[in-house]
Amino acid sequence: MSTLLEVSGVSVTFDGFRAINNLSIQIAEPELRAVIGPNGAGKTTFMDIITGKTRPDEGRVLWGDKGISLLGLSESDIARQGIGRKFQKPTVFEAQTVRENLAMALRNPRGPFDVLFSRGSAKADKGISEIAEEIGLLDQLDRISGELSHGQKQWLEIGMLLAQDPRLLLVDEPAAGMTPSEREHTTDLLVRAAKTRAVVVVEHDMEFVRRLNCKVTVLHEGSVLAEGSLAHVTANQDVIDVYLGR
Amino acid sequence: MTRTVPKTFIGRNPSVLWFLLALAIFTIGVTLMAQAGFVSTSFVKTLGKTLCLCLIAVAMDVVWGYCGILSLGHFAFFGIGGYAVGMWLMYARTENIVATSLSGRPIPPTEQEVIDAIGTQIFGVVGSSEFPLIWSFADSLFLQLLAVVLVPGLLALVFGWLAFRSRVTGVYLSILTQAMTLALSLYLFQNDSGLRGNNGLSGLQNIPGYEDVSQASLSIAFFWASAVALAAGYVLFAWVISGKMGSVIRAIRDNEARVRFLGYHVESYKLFVFTLTAVISALAGALYYPQAGIINPAEIAPIASIYLAVWVAIGGRGRLYGAVIGAAFVSLLSSWFTGGGAPDINLGFYVIRWTDWWLVLLGLSFVSVTLFFPKGIGGLFDMIVINRPVTDRQGDYGPDKGAWRREEGQE
Repeated sequence: MSTLLEVSGVSVTFDGFRAINNLSIQIAEPELRAVIGPNGAGKTTFMDIITGKTRPDEGRVLWGDKGISLLGLSESDIARQGIGRKFQKPTVFEAQTVRENLAMALRNPRGPFDVLFSRGSAKADKGISEIAEEIGLLDQLDRISGELSHGQKQWLEIGMLLAQDPRLLLVDEPAAGMTPSEREHTTDLLVRAAKTRAVVVVEHDMEFVRRLNCKVTVLHEGSVLAEGSLAHVTANQDVIDVYLGR
Repeated sequence: MTRTVPKTFIGRNPSVLWFLLALAIFTIGVTLMAQAGFVSTSFVKTLGKTLCLCLIAVAMDVVWGYCGILSLGHFAFFGIGGYAVGMWLMYARTENIVATSLSGRPIPPTEQEVIDAIGTQIFGVVGSSEFPLIWSFADSLFLQLLAVVLVPGLLALVFGWLAFRSRVTGVYLSILTQAMTLALSLYLFQNDSGLRGNNGLSGLQNIPGYEDVSQASLSIAFFWASAVALAAGYVLFAWVISGKMGSVIRAIRDNEARVRFLGYHVESYKLFVFTLTAVISALAGALYYPQAGIINPAEIAPIASIYLAVWVAIGGRGRLYGAVIGAAFVSLLSSWFTGGGAPDINLGFYVIRWTDWWLVLLGLSFVSVTLFFPKGIGGLFDMIVINRPVTDRQGDYGPDKGAWRREEGQE
């Protein structure tokens, strides 16, 4: 187990509001990590910083074995480094079919001319079918994804992440809007994915986090309040005060 | 229900075949009618010009309807293409005239005398006889044709790179493209721009080397060239927007932030689409102006590019044949109304003269199409051809400004 992502001393201020305050987190590979915290604790901003959407005012974000700084890279560069992100609200391309969505996400050269001359392949078709089977959408491949149910869209988005084959998967509230059985399926999938790669799950739902059965980081006001097993952090008095006690 | 997807390009895009068939029938039909004398030479030219307008409309549809960039600058590229080819046409033709008039002299003229005489002929109207620097290659058809592609291509590349890199999107990008167009047209209006100011270039319908060929035959030749260019451009764009490239381009239209997180460099894609469509627009312009016979800076003014957007909107953006229908329908209708073809309507107290009221009518139809038929005329074809169950959508297809609104997806 080696360190894949190292966030150290990162701070971000939005119009005087300190959203992230001297935050330091390390993620290993492979690892499953849950990040919890009350609203406004900086969970989403934390993901924005890693994926290049928000630039921090200070601090370092180092990636991979060579310790590349992610701060100088664009969003698409960071994604190509192997960081995949799932948003809170399912964001799939609704005007396109499930197959097209997955084909776009599939790990392949991303340059305009590579894409222009890429005309599908048996290998790509096979990859798409495998992922579609995993997310239970094999029958729906040629449907417009806008027609899918909310839960199926969540699945499609998770499928797109798997197709990207990232080393680090950032997942924002994966279980929102899912039925209990779908949640169980999601948990299994995330646990399985975390066997070979790093997975960071941001979640509100404590029951869901309990089932992930992994190391938990509690954020509060933009910095780490506690870290450890779920039993450990829930026993922490600070955590009870700011989060669980309410 | 995994249906098998046809492997060939035409198999996956049957509309391309239908379009080519319709275009071929139209082209042959017009040619036969022109030879039988049913269609006048000037109308053949109008139809040839219309085909060029259809080509730029297809390009506009790709950049706006598919990629979500509402460019109000594509007519600038069209105009540059026209100017580039016009410079050679004017130079070579004037050279022939000068050579004829000087040949009567007892002493043969020197090369410099010939060039000076051409300069006086061309630039007399702006009170000059010197060749400006940009006319350096005007004597070479090959180099001027190269300029048709390279100048707009480079302009689009540099402009697009600067604009997309700074993440200018939506209305702001439209304003920026319009500013570019306005600046170019204002520059060309100046006499010292070197392109004869507001006189523009004229006499372009006379093709040097083909003085003996009648305008009737030339008009048919250009009509065919325009049809071939439209067919080739249509197939090229249909190919670009099919497959994964089309997928990525439409994804950028609907939610470009999400495309970035998939690892695609969105700016490169926009730049590719912007530049490719600019070059095709310039080629359309290079075919258009020899048929129009004259080009002046007013042709490049921002209003032309706005008309282009109106054609594509009325025709139905997001479908290539829609753009063709829109451009052909609206531009032909426009020349009918403004050319005095439509009878005035006498209301007793007021006479509606269509030459004045056509723009109002066009504006109203644009607004009503946008409000009530966002899929445009092309959408009517979809209703006949495609039997898709109506999707029950709750919202728009993406958060970006260029993304499909809910109404557009109901097909």
